[in-house]
Amino acid sequence: MHPESRFLAHHFDSLEQQHEAATMGMWLFLATEILFFGGMFTAYGVYRSFYPQAFVAASHHLDVTIGTFNTGVLLTSSLTAALAVHAAQAGRRRAVIGFLVATMLLGATFLGVKGFEYHHKFVESLIPGHGFVFPGPHARHAELFFSLYFVMTAFHALHILIGLGVMAYVIVLTRRGQVTPEHHPSVELTGLYWHFVDIIWVFLFPLLYLIR
Amino acid sequence: MAHESISRTTYFTIFLILLALLVVTVRVAHVDLGRFNFLAAMAIASVKAVLIAYYFMHLKTQTQLTRLFAGVGFAWLALLLVLTFADVATRLGG
Repeated sequence: MHPESRFLAHHFDSLEQQHEAATMGMWLFLATEILFFGGMFTAYGVYRSFYPQAFVAASHHLDVTIGTFNTGVLLTSSLTAALAVHAAQAGRRRAVIGFLVATMLLGATFLGVKGFEYHHKFVESLIPGHGFVFPGPHARHAELFFSLYFVMTAFHALHILIGLGVMAYVIVLTRRGQVTPEHHPSVELTGLYWHFVDIIWVFLFPLLYLIR
Repeated sequence: MAHESISRTTYFTIFLILLALLVVTVRVAHVDLGRFNFLAAMAIASVKAVLIAYYFMHLKTQTQLTRLFAGVGFAWLALLLVLTFADVATRLGG
């Protein structure tokens, strides 16, 4: 009897087939996620093409240095997530847990910085609604920019938050011995999800922070 | 799972390229290239996305079927963007 067969579900012929199905299913889920964020990117693009000057003026109220730092944090967290999967392939469970903890810390750092930025927008009266104050002729359309900014970054932050929860669960699974070189879909699929969230930010950063 | 493992050296190399591209995209944004600023930013972001998908997300070592599933997600997104902006561009141009 194959030593890993305890992981094989009865409706699959082999672990390899089971893993391919899991990876494909994850990519199918990510396709729905691409379109979920795609709708917001499309709305952003349409309104930016309507009101280019307002979007430039509004974007100037975002801090490029903080945005760049946070992008670096997220890219680093993608590296540690990739290294966690690499460690799982080698069967090094302690390293898997270490890299997952590092990824979670970086994700939490990203959220902390994001919270600081949100607070700053609140202080500057840049929250869309009755209290919104924006100097110059573009106030109404700048408000539109900030509506898109908050919706897109908040949904992105929600995905980070979910990722942190999932990684905490995968750490528990790893400690229980559910991660072996031949079978580690929990680590692998969590990695896929985390990299996807990173890709979303890779597009959000230039679109929101770098309009000149 | 990945049939052949991607080495740690590759991961670190890709990471350094991603950081370099981050610096490039910030620098380019401060140079006035007119409408090419937007195109440059999106081109750099796309290169970063492809690197992440190909290496970090293991599309390099996945089966063709999994690659197809990944490609289809981006294909539908392309449909959404192209058809929407074909409409927006032709209505507002006049």
